[in-house]
Amino acid sequence: MSRRMSIAIALTVVLLVLALLSLWFESVAGAVVAGLLILWAWASALWERLPPYPRRRATNYVVLALSYGATGLGLMCLALILATLIWNGLGAVSLDFFTESTPASGNTGGGMLNAIYGSAVMTLVGTLVGSPIGILAGTFLAEYGRGNKIAPVIRFINDILLSAPSIIVGLFIYELIVLRTGHFSGWAGSAALAILVVPVVVRTTEDMLNLVPGSLREAAFALGTPKWRVIVTVTYRAAMQGMLTGVMLAVARISGETAPLLFTAVNNQFWTTNMNDWMPNLPVAIFQFALSPDANWQQLAWGGALLITVTILGLNILARVLTSGRSFGR
Amino acid sequence: MTALDMSSEPSRPPTHAANLAPKMDRAPAAKPVMPTKVELRDIKFYYKDFLAIKGVNLELRDKSVTAFIGPSGCGKSTLLRILNRIYELYPGQRATGEVLVDGQNILDPRVDLNLLRARIGMVFQKPTPFPMSIYDNVAFGIRLYERLSPSAMDERVESALRRAALWDEVKDKLRQSGMSLSGGQQQRLCIARAVAVKPEVLLLDEPASALDPISTQRIEELIDELKSDYCIAIVTHNMQQAARSSDYTAFMYLGEVIEFDETEAIFTHPKKRQTEDYITGRFG
Repeated sequence: MSRRMSIAIALTVVLLVLALLSLWFESVAGAVVAGLLILWAWASALWERLPPYPRRRATNYVVLALSYGATGLGLMCLALILATLIWNGLGAVSLDFFTESTPASGNTGGGMLNAIYGSAVMTLVGTLVGSPIGILAGTFLAEYGRGNKIAPVIRFINDILLSAPSIIVGLFIYELIVLRTGHFSGWAGSAALAILVVPVVVRTTEDMLNLVPGSLREAAFALGTPKWRVIVTVTYRAAMQGMLTGVMLAVARISGETAPLLFTAVNNQFWTTNMNDWMPNLPVAIFQFALSPDANWQQLAWGGALLITVTILGLNILARVLTSGRSFGR
Repeated sequence: MTALDMSSEPSRPPTHAANLAPKMDRAPAAKPVMPTKVELRDIKFYYKDFLAIKGVNLELRDKSVTAFIGPSGCGKSTLLRILNRIYELYPGQRATGEVLVDGQNILDPRVDLNLLRARIGMVFQKPTPFPMSIYDNVAFGIRLYERLSPSAMDERVESALRRAALWDEVKDKLRQSGMSLSGGQQQRLCIARAVAVKPEVLLLDEPASALDPISTQRIEELIDELKSDYCIAIVTHNMQQAARSSDYTAFMYLGEVIEFDETEAIFTHPKKRQTEDYITGRFG
């Protein structure tokens, strides 16, 4: 009898007692945990007795099963979310949804036109402002950051910004713009979104430029090309798709952001194209409508959620298609 | 033990092929000895603190092919990368000594790197077509330094592609991406690109090692033709290639030039034991 076996038997006895005890105190979870531990102790004891090759094969099956299980779980969550959204949201999506502004509480009908427009404009402005900054910073990190002492610092700060809670960004803009100008506005919302775009684009730009083979850069330099021209005419061209993908991922990220808009653009129930005014937008509209007791509003919120999700899904798929289309210049 | 003895020996002064009395039964066809184009004087190269090239002296002659052979890591590619100072892209790498091109020391920090690299072209081991059309690949270098009319540019591109023996294969698809070509074609495109800017010296860093035998043969034929216009230095792992396509050969080992002579002499009567061992395949 191996040592493991004796440990297994000892553990079983102890855990059985524990399991019975926990059942006695009507704690099912305790019993389940104890049961799993018993199972584990026995499995590992039997494991010991297997010859090396069958053991390796068995390990393979177990790990494969766990991996498939984890993948399946993830996909199932996604499928459930999508199914729920489609189930509840599809009913709200009609022509009116895209052509009419949000209704007053208690009314029937109406749509999300103002919110869709506001979201689109703020996302567009945020992307147009944030992307160039991100691309330039990413270029600096990838092309000029080597042997540079501040590059690692910038990279680190960028990573922090990348994972910073977006509500902090909203508060920052609230301090910076909303308090100074004295009112909420679409510009403030766009600024908050732009700040969220920057770290995403910096990251992807740097990663994509680093993927461009050094040999391609060397070849360009070997022709007597100045550095800026190597970057603009060769490196950017080789990394173009990846960089576009980064921008698209950034768009996907900000088009669903709610928190940074709460203190900046807030929301607006009416149609407006005035960026100095409170700006209607989908995420905050969904937030408000979903919390209200008004059934019509709730229905519209489902529709809005479906629209955002489908848009983001589409952008991500497009990004995938673009990057898988061609490998980097080699 | 002999290897240690050899490497502690001071590197020999460059041997001029012209000074060597022909010792072979079949005397080689008399070749005119070309003037020196590039002269290396006591070249040392450091990767950070590691001394990778330990004082090399040799001369590259104009309109001739000089081959560098030796086992991996012996410093042949590094030596080539000194000649157009491409190593300066990477911090921590530095070279000391003098490289005289037509008498001018190009290691002088005052030398303009871009102009230098336009004078000294380089082709790398892996084909590196730029992500643009075949035409633009070739025109790329020309556009950097010359403003040509469209028709003059067309001519230059065509002559470069002809020079690289690629014209007939690509003349109908000049607007296609350079990356759509096969490996051998891509490498010839890179040669065309390097030749298009009319350099004086052409550095080839294992230009055929990633290619199939037929493409390799085409590249070798090409080298033979280009030699009439350029001073060519080629690094190769392939000894037959060095024997076939070069006029002079330098055998390098552990960062030193062990032997430098006419190619024929190196391959038939190597003077050093190490050279003989290497070319007969006993080590490396």
